[in-house]
Amino acid sequence: MSAADHHYAPNATEYIVHHLAHWQTEKQKSIVDFSIINIDTLFFSLLCLGLTLWLLRSAAKRATSGVPTKFQAAIEILVEMVEDQSKSIVHGNRAFIAPLALTVFVWIVMMNAIDLIPVDLLPKIAALLGYYGAGLNAHDVYLRPLPTADLNGTLGMSLGVLLLMLYYGVKIKGLGGFIHELFCAPFGSNPLLWPANFLLNLIEYLAKMVSLGMRLFGNMYAGELLFFLIALMGGYAAMNATGIMLAAAHVLAGTAWLLFHILIVLLQAFIFMMLTLVYIGQAHEGH
Amino acid sequence: MSINATLFIQLIVFFIGAMITMKFIWPPLIGALEERQKKIADGLAAGERGKQDLLAAEKRAQEADRAARDRAQEILAQSEKRAAAVIEEAKVAAKAEADRISAAAKAEVEQEVQRARQALREQVAALAVAGAERILKREVDAKAHAAMLADLKQEL
Repeated sequence: MSAADHHYAPNATEYIVHHLAHWQTEKQKSIVDFSIINIDTLFFSLLCLGLTLWLLRSAAKRATSGVPTKFQAAIEILVEMVEDQSKSIVHGNRAFIAPLALTVFVWIVMMNAIDLIPVDLLPKIAALLGYYGAGLNAHDVYLRPLPTADLNGTLGMSLGVLLLMLYYGVKIKGLGGFIHELFCAPFGSNPLLWPANFLLNLIEYLAKMVSLGMRLFGNMYAGELLFFLIALMGGYAAMNATGIMLAAAHVLAGTAWLLFHILIVLLQAFIFMMLTLVYIGQAHEGH
Repeated sequence: MSINATLFIQLIVFFIGAMITMKFIWPPLIGALEERQKKIADGLAAGERGKQDLLAAEKRAQEADRAARDRAQEILAQSEKRAAAVIEEAKVAAKAEADRISAAAKAEVEQEVQRARQALREQVAALAVAGAERILKREVDAKAHAAMLADLKQEL
């Protein structure tokens, strides 16, 4: 790879490593580095949020109590589903929580659905743009368009849920009540038990946040990786028996995984929304 | 699989998205849903009311029908009674008239008989006088024998 080139012929490992690298402000060396931003994650998550809000807003603008259009009816089904779920889970003021759940659900569906776009399409477009726009080598242009397969993307959202859990905990029980619960639940209010209670609560909050983010990330990361592997089979297609079989396997496995992934896309978004509601609902109730 | 500042930006984006939904999207949609729910509930209630009204109206109509039928029956009975009374009256009147006519006829016949008898009497008296004149060969002075002639007439 001497001169700038938009063709890039990596081997299998290079292909996957390249696909798993983010378009970052700077190449990240350590596991945690808060001076770096993943531009692709932010770009696509903002794009999806914009799309989500535009979609919902265009339904909201045309909302009538008369006979709904098919589009309005479709959005209303979502709204009603979220409203019903939030009503049954969160007992209290839902003026912010229900819209939050709706946003989270539609937004995550949108972001997850990026995974259904052929894995090489967006990175290839980026490579071409990088080559013709900035004279960059194809293998220097990184793009991971799936924001929910980036731990930052999912943990960012679950961190938001954690903050909401703390906020509503303090709001509903008062600061004193909240702290009392931190130290006195679940084992009892004996001062000897305070450290154990506090530790357990700390772990519980952390586990909720991390598992919420990790679950979505893990599912989408695995799905993405599988698409890479399936794409690799097609990459080895050739005019011989093995090559043809690989191409056929690509089509077969790609179709099967795509169809199954539609389920995961929706299911994970639904789970994230439901758990958001459940965790915030728990913050509303005392032990 | 590395953590960086994207996390915090995503956190901010998360809240901004939720707030935009809360401000501009959720209220009109849920408002429309609730309003439509109310409309449908009202419509169903109105339908139920309409059904009740219809039932009540049907009952009223039945009652009116029955009342009208009763009234007609009553009128019919009355008119029949009245007709019978009229016929009876007419019968009585006719009978009275017939009695009157036959009584008048009887009286007339009686009168006629009297008159005939009178005439006969007078003719017999005249015949008697004529006979007597023939027997006596002289004229009977009617005036002189008037009393006797009247007596004779009485006896006939």
